[in-house]
Amino acid sequence: MNPMPAPAHTESAHAASGIAVAVAMSGGVDSSTVAAMLHDRGQSIVGLTMQLWNQRRLPQLQGDGPAQHRCCSLDDVYDARRVAEHFGFPFYVVNFEREFEQTVIRPFVGDYLEGRTPIPCTLCNNHVKFDQLLLTARQIGAGKIATGHYARVRRNGETGRYELLCARDESKDQSYFLFGLTQEQLARTEFPLGELTKQEVREIARRLAVPVAEKPESQEICFVPAGNYVRFIEGYLQEQGSALPADSGEIVSVSGEILGRHNGLHHYTVGQRRGLGFATGRPVYVVEIDRARNRLIVGEDGDLRRAACEVRDVNWIPFERPGAPVSARVRIRNRHEPAEAKVEATGETTARVTFRQPQRAITPGQAAVFYSGERVLGGGWIR
Amino acid sequence: MSIYLDHNATTPVDPRVLDAMLPHFAGAFGNASSIHSAGQQARAAVDAARDSVAGLIGAKPAEIVFTSGGTEADNLALLGIVAASATPRKHVITTAIEHHAVLNTCQQLEKQGTDVTFVDVGSNGIVDPEDVRRALRPETILISVMHANNEIGTIQPIAEIGRIAAEADVYFHCDAVQSAGKLPLDVNRLGVDLLSLSAHKICGPKGVGALYVRSGTPLAPQTFGGHHERDRRPGTENVPGIVGLGKAAELARTRLNEDSPRVAALRDRLEAALLASISMVRVNGDRKRRVANTTNLAFSGAGGEALVIALDLVGVACSTGAACSSGAVEPSHVLTAIGLSHDEARSSLRFSLGRTTTAEEIDEAIATIPRAVERLRSLSPLATSAVTAR
Repeated sequence: MNPMPAPAHTESAHAASGIAVAVAMSGGVDSSTVAAMLHDRGQSIVGLTMQLWNQRRLPQLQGDGPAQHRCCSLDDVYDARRVAEHFGFPFYVVNFEREFEQTVIRPFVGDYLEGRTPIPCTLCNNHVKFDQLLLTARQIGAGKIATGHYARVRRNGETGRYELLCARDESKDQSYFLFGLTQEQLARTEFPLGELTKQEVREIARRLAVPVAEKPESQEICFVPAGNYVRFIEGYLQEQGSALPADSGEIVSVSGEILGRHNGLHHYTVGQRRGLGFATGRPVYVVEIDRARNRLIVGEDGDLRRAACEVRDVNWIPFERPGAPVSARVRIRNRHEPAEAKVEATGETTARVTFRQPQRAITPGQAAVFYSGERVLGGGWIR
Repeated sequence: MSIYLDHNATTPVDPRVLDAMLPHFAGAFGNASSIHSAGQQARAAVDAARDSVAGLIGAKPAEIVFTSGGTEADNLALLGIVAASATPRKHVITTAIEHHAVLNTCQQLEKQGTDVTFVDVGSNGIVDPEDVRRALRPETILISVMHANNEIGTIQPIAEIGRIAAEADVYFHCDAVQSAGKLPLDVNRLGVDLLSLSAHKICGPKGVGALYVRSGTPLAPQTFGGHHERDRRPGTENVPGIVGLGKAAELARTRLNEDSPRVAALRDRLEAALLASISMVRVNGDRKRRVANTTNLAFSGAGGEALVIALDLVGVACSTGAACSSGAVEPSHVLTAIGLSHDEARSSLRFSLGRTTTAEEIDEAIATIPRAVERLRSLSPLATSAVTAR
């Protein structure tokens, strides 16, 4: 592998457009403020908004939730465009619907059908935003892209490698979703909000009179209206003419006792407590999703704890795949407090994570991201 | 330097058109329906414009209905003919390469119970009149075929289809939005009963167009209000716009013999230079039977959307596909209809020249476009596979 990718400046030599940075703009306050900050510094920027999903495709979901919090809702595109018009930098909407469907929507649906709980934002980062969008940015003459993520990139002078760091504002840190970025991608990425708090970002947005400075935040999966992913999955499968997932099956205890019936495994996620449809004296959780036998296995809190997990598609960031086990603090879901563990590379792109203390609800489909202090060492998908 | 090569999207208003329009905003502001002299002044201006539009297409002035543009003209023609037909079962024939103003109106007709046949076109982008004839049914009431295609410029055999329509005693509508000012238009020679025009494609203002309706053709109005436009299209006349359309139509008629060969020579030079200097480029659609100003080129392995943006950033305006509501590009239904793959359609650009295009601009475009294509291809995974696939 290349220790270091070609630096961005080799390209600017033939970047006739004179554009230095393409800003990925969602229409929200964070990415709009990034654009405003770079523009304010006198950088030559272009705004790009990705058209990722056509809401008209699943009209039966149209009634779910407020339209303004949806992916590629026209309101968000208009907001992004309004910011560009306000500051007077070039702005374009680029169509990645096909790529998004192939690399995000289908795996998202497929994961749920396989009993996993996916993270579409990371898939989008790996395959669309920092791949297709970065490519488009370079094709139109920009050497780099800037996004509104709360994280930091730093080049290590000694190793020559690019490193991914947590955001200064821990409460906003999004490094968990960025573990898949390659050296090539990190070399061409700027996270201008990485050193700022959300409060500071709002203040900058107000000071620079960003038109969306007061816009509320959206935390949902962008293409799923009102967070109802079950309806999305069923609607998508219906549209594709695919069979709906087997609906009903047994709910069994860890000791094999049949406790009730579930209404389709895609309704459940490991660690889930509510919505199991039966009452017991003690809290009961989903411990495992047994896709092969269409069974939901439930147990008590203690049954949820596991000391180790296998991860696949591992990406190492500050160094190549290490030969010896690495001590790290490992985060197994967003907002999870990273737990001390040993990470051992077991193959070219696989690893085994062994926690010092068993962790609750290690969920297949989520990411295990390895940290050393504020540095992200790498990460992979939990099997 | 900014080079505008997207005249099929819209054109700059000709200064003579603007001069004709200006008095009708604040000075001669009358309502053409008013009895008083201010109204009569407006009425006279509208009537003169009607004469001019009729003159462009060989029609009688009373056969011209002013609308808000080409889309409304298409809607009124299709919806109005179908609504006025008394037959219980109704069938409409159109083609797969029509503008969305016709295609989506036909889809609306389908929802309302009308059968619609979308006749395919050949890889040259031209519909075979015999395919139209074969699509005829006893219950066919209307054929709608565009004159010149907006994306690839191909010219449809309107006169031949007109004869087929006349033989079958079926009404014939032609969307001539992209041929006005580029081809001679005569509704009698073409044998059309309805014909759509738009001002902003012929150096007139946006927001005004016209529908020609042959006298005796029953047309049910689709909007309701006053008795304007002989009860066919209500609403206070857009006097400045209509005056602008009138002047633009006059210029289109009188300048056709001058503009058309000049633009054709520039287009041919641009096309030949790009074909010579860039590898793996192909012309989409028939190269002979097309309007003088348009060339649509497939640049294998270069994403059209990125290429349009890259060219815009260096001052060349052109287009690819059709803009969807967000402003993103959807693959062109015209290019897929003439047999291009999804990737080929997504790597195609349309350059459309106009009255204001200069030789210097074409020189500059010839110098700029190959550089942009090369840069884009050098970064494109598609290009690598296209090269290795050869």
